Amino acid sequence: MKFSDFVADDAIRATVVADSKEGVIREMTQSLVDAGKISAAEFESIVKAIMKREDLGSTGIGRGVAVPHTKHPSVDRLVGAVAVSPKGIQFESLDGEPVRLFFLLVSPPDRPGDHLRALENISRQLRDESFCKLLISAKGPAEIQHLLEEADVRGIVS
Amino acid sequence: MSIRGNGGANKAEQRQLDMSQETLSRKVVVGMRQGLHARPADLLAREARKWQSRIELIAESQRVDGKSILEVLTLAAEAGTRLVIEATGPDAQEALEAIGHLFERNFNEYENDNKQVF
Repeated sequence: MKFSDFVADDAIRATVVADSKEGVIREMTQSLVDAGKISAAEFESIVKAIMKREDLGSTGIGRGVAVPHTKHPSVDRLVGAVAVSPKGIQFESLDGEPVRLFFLLVSPPDRPGDHLRALENISRQLRDESFCKLLISAKGPAEIQHLLEEADVRGIVS
Repeated sequence: MSIRGNGGANKAEQRQLDMSQETLSRKVVVGMRQGLHARPADLLAREARKWQSRIELIAESQRVDGKSILEVLTLAAEAGTRLVIEATGPDAQEALEAIGHLFERNFNEYENDNKQVF
């Protein structure tokens, strides 16, 4: 699965305002509402579900990256938002480092395979440290989108 | 599976033994309906890091470092996927038992719990 298969172009933020875990999750979920990918009526329910998942164990997977996510019945396909916090946010990551790069995923309850393949793509691409650095230092959403497109072309993805 | 270094030797001495560098392996199947997603991948990498041995997971066409959640996630192992765990080092057998145990109890995920999360 490629980034372009799940990242909504209009839900990319190069500089989040939030400085807390819940704050960044709310901001990214709002970006999915603004992009028309999830319904405004479901906003609170989705934020709550993502926070509940975080309570089970942080999705900060190391290297300054987090993948907050949930299943939610209101979506019929996997949708994702991307955000960068240049100064970093404490996310109780597995390695204790602040998180600068976020991929937020909302998937339909009956599609665990798609969710796995999105996680696979994110983790495989982010093994490339220079790619992470480029994303974090991107000047705007268009630049992030461009970097994700390049990674899609470069990666041998199914 | 039964090859061990001298049980009474300390870790440093065990490292010296050729035997202790033997690679042991164990087959497991991903039993969780949601596959090897972020939470079990985290549990697996945490368990693997407790051991001195090198731990690798092998799927059909991939071999990854079991101590890295990023690497484990790149397997995208769905329910039913067969994996081989390989451990190389002085505590290989104990490591394999501990990790195998995680798979045996499906990483404590309960399949008929509708509220189960990724």
